[in-house]
Amino acid sequence: MFLNADGSFRHEILPTQARALANPIVNLSRRKFLGGAGTMVIGMSLLSACAPADTFPEIEADATPSPLTEVKGGDATPSLFITIEPNGDVKLICHRSEMGQQTWTSMTQILADEMEADWDKIEIVQAVGDAKYGDQNTDGSTSVRNNFHRLRVTGAAMRHMLENAAAQLWKVDVSECKAELGVVYHTESRKKAHFGKLAEFAGKLPIPSEDMLTLKKREDWRYIGKASPSLTVPKIIHGQGTFGMDVRLPDMLYAVVAHPPQTQGKVKSFNAAQTMAVPGVKSTYQLPDATTPVGFNPLGGVAIIATDTWAAIQGRKALEIEWEAGPNAGYSSQIFAQAMQETARQPGEIKRKRGDVDAALANAEKTIVAEYYAAHLSQSPMEPPTATARWTDGKVECWTCTQNPQAARTTVAQVCGVDPSDVTINVTWLGGGFGRKSKPDYVAEAALIAREAGKPVKLVWTREDDLQHGYFHAVSAQRLEASLDADGKPSAWLHRTVFPTISSTFAPGADMPSAGELGLGASDMPFAIPNIQLEAGRAKGHIRIGWLRSVCNVYQAFAVQSFAAELAHAAGRDQKDYLLELLGPARHFDPNTEGAEYSNYGSPLEEYPIDTARLAKVTKTAAKMANWGRTLPESHGIGIATHRSFLSYVSTVIEVKVDADGALTIIGIWSAIDAGTVVNTGHTISQVEGGTLYGLSNALYGEITAENGIVQQANFPDWRVMRMSEAPRHFEVQIIESDAPPGGVGEPPTPPAAPALANAIFDATGVRLRSLPFISANSNTLPV
Amino acid sequence: MTVTLKINGKSQTVNAAEGTPLLWVLRDHLGMTGTKFGCGVAQCGACTVHVDGVPIRACITPHDSLDGANITTIEGKSGKAADAIRKAWQAIDVPQCGYCQSGQIMSAIALLEETPNPSDEDIDDAMNGNICRCATYMKIRSAIKDAAGSL
Repeated sequence: MFLNADGSFRHEILPTQARALANPIVNLSRRKFLGGAGTMVIGMSLLSACAPADTFPEIEADATPSPLTEVKGGDATPSLFITIEPNGDVKLICHRSEMGQQTWTSMTQILADEMEADWDKIEIVQAVGDAKYGDQNTDGSTSVRNNFHRLRVTGAAMRHMLENAAAQLWKVDVSECKAELGVVYHTESRKKAHFGKLAEFAGKLPIPSEDMLTLKKREDWRYIGKASPSLTVPKIIHGQGTFGMDVRLPDMLYAVVAHPPQTQGKVKSFNAAQTMAVPGVKSTYQLPDATTPVGFNPLGGVAIIATDTWAAIQGRKALEIEWEAGPNAGYSSQIFAQAMQETARQPGEIKRKRGDVDAALANAEKTIVAEYYAAHLSQSPMEPPTATARWTDGKVECWTCTQNPQAARTTVAQVCGVDPSDVTINVTWLGGGFGRKSKPDYVAEAALIAREAGKPVKLVWTREDDLQHGYFHAVSAQRLEASLDADGKPSAWLHRTVFPTISSTFAPGADMPSAGELGLGASDMPFAIPNIQLEAGRAKGHIRIGWLRSVCNVYQAFAVQSFAAELAHAAGRDQKDYLLELLGPARHFDPNTEGAEYSNYGSPLEEYPIDTARLAKVTKTAAKMANWGRTLPESHGIGIATHRSFLSYVSTVIEVKVDADGALTIIGIWSAIDAGTVVNTGHTISQVEGGTLYGLSNALYGEITAENGIVQQANFPDWRVMRMSEAPRHFEVQIIESDAPPGGVGEPPTPPAAPALANAIFDATGVRLRSLPFISANSNTLPV
Repeated sequence: MTVTLKINGKSQTVNAAEGTPLLWVLRDHLGMTGTKFGCGVAQCGACTVHVDGVPIRACITPHDSLDGANITTIEGKSGKAADAIRKAWQAIDVPQCGYCQSGQIMSAIALLEETPNPSDEDIDDAMNGNICRCATYMKIRSAIKDAAGSL
């Protein structure tokens, strides 16, 4: 039902595109745009638009290597992404994972715009994990920003070749041939040829080099910069489309795994007698123990394999199992928090230095100190991790909701001891990702279990598995200290940040935040203060530490933007005005000049500077949208926070109402985003709304704690998330128009959410909340 | 055990263990994967289906308790409210990842079938059992109002 005749997997096509899909498009040569010679017979029947005299010249296919393999962003050879069917249908490969950010739609907008494809004739084919596509890790808000130029070139090269094919068909100069919505026209005679007629001949022509191409002018964009409708929604509203959880293979079994309660714990012994008595349970299988470091490898434990998911879950409940707790059994969140806070009170390793903070603090009339804490968080997408695997003749094929199919491929290969070329990773839709599905441990588990079972197996992680055995966002303690001069302006800013590094999951003993992590909101802190110092302290990881939407920006922006408002209060100033003064004059700022090893999200600062004018602009815009400065009703408060992350700038204003008993109502949110060139305006607004509320959900309730190395939260009853009634009734988003290169969109809205909320609560109550989340598990109100 | 269920107007005979929740019968036994698994404890609403017109959570409802009941899933739900909800959902691109949206849509349809012109509080009450981690709540509320306005 989800398999092609040749065994390959594809998403079902959209209803409006249900045409001519008989030809599998696998094994395309780099030169061809057609599925095979056999399809041409159909194509020839569509020639009615052309005069009979028009015939293509007899030519040999050009054999020179593609000159587009090293375009900025990756290989832009058209055949890597584009197939044109003889009937004119266009198949576009999406090499990034669709997880709600609408990458299917945005990638299509870019490609289709430059190639002048007809939107209604486009079908998306999801790429398997393969290095030939370049980076497929759908993470770090990179899809548009790293592929924008590359896919424009790809589309433009395709258009160039189609126009040249038409020129040769009509024996006219190519300057007289113009592609428009799936058709090439002869501009003078208005003679026309559909892409489907031109495709095979176009495929024989030399691939143009980049300097031969003219990209469309901004004002000529047809799809880019518009609110093109989602390509997934027409199926979603009918319950169609295939998520990882929805994959079904003939003769398939289902599995769940009893994981060790502690990270690096092991199975000591188990008794499956009761499990095997559960109707539907077929077998159990002890997985290999976790490796050190654990990395992307599975956690170990015992798999229960059954005829349906429910039987597997019941079988797991019945399993008698004795665990060896392992080296992390002493991990307690409360004790660890105290230790981190102590570390933050001591000098750490200096990671960035401007001026002389020590001297400025020593001579200051007034100093302000604040300590912030942020708990572990869990990404917890609505679809828990899941993968389906099938072995055939020593090769394994997996179907899974992964953000990172190439890592899934190499991990499965390594864990199963096979060559990566014997592993195929088919990417389904993802029911959310938020960073969890960049880590392919569950895919390797599925492959191991399916090999043992001798049948296709779907591995399901339950919500309890997801919450208790995740790759958790780091807990952190931060201490900020500033001196104020007589005018209330800060003369020194000392930021100490302490958290277990993500590197601890991948390198044994790693206990110092990396430069990359510090560059997420700490070493790139842009304030115009004469003396600045960033110090980092050591902390070990005792559960798997991973990344979550916007990563360290979550807690570092929380501390920086909360502290900025605290200084404003100490100086007796308006938060927003004071923030603008901290941002200072319009300038580009390079943290590397102050000793930071700043990587700028992998992009050069020349192309993507840290631009304080853009920070100021979003701040002023959001404030204006919220009508900042108006008189607020009793018990209301307003807060603002502005942050640059993933090369984009977001400012968020939140208005709250806090009742005397601490009950919180979020009245309204106003956000301004400058993401440079925006590909899809509608979905950018959706990401700002969703990314902000995701941040607020975590800020209010998201705490994950461990005791004896065991995560204490198990499912939604004891781990709360934001629901409909808690969402604001008013949320306004403004996209700043910009012709700067595209920045990220999926993550940048999240960091300002928590500090804007904290600043609003302070404004309403006079109580400064410095510990995330604000509402504890056993409470329904703010501690104010 | 063998049970005959009436799903989307069609009788389906299934052979699942006693007490198996409807969710897994739909998904694993019948291949009807539109109804989603999110929590297994009736907290997230991704598995919402209608039983005799009332929204219920399929993940905690034993399939063998539904003998004689009319079960409707996202794949089979039709009618004026359903059409209006789907149209509004598509018009403003409510879903992001879409995984919870089967449940959101089934809850929203049930709301409009019961309360054609819901207040914000009605929407809160009807939709609070459906979690969306993408947090599409703003657009869900708008779409329900648009759909109600079109009825």
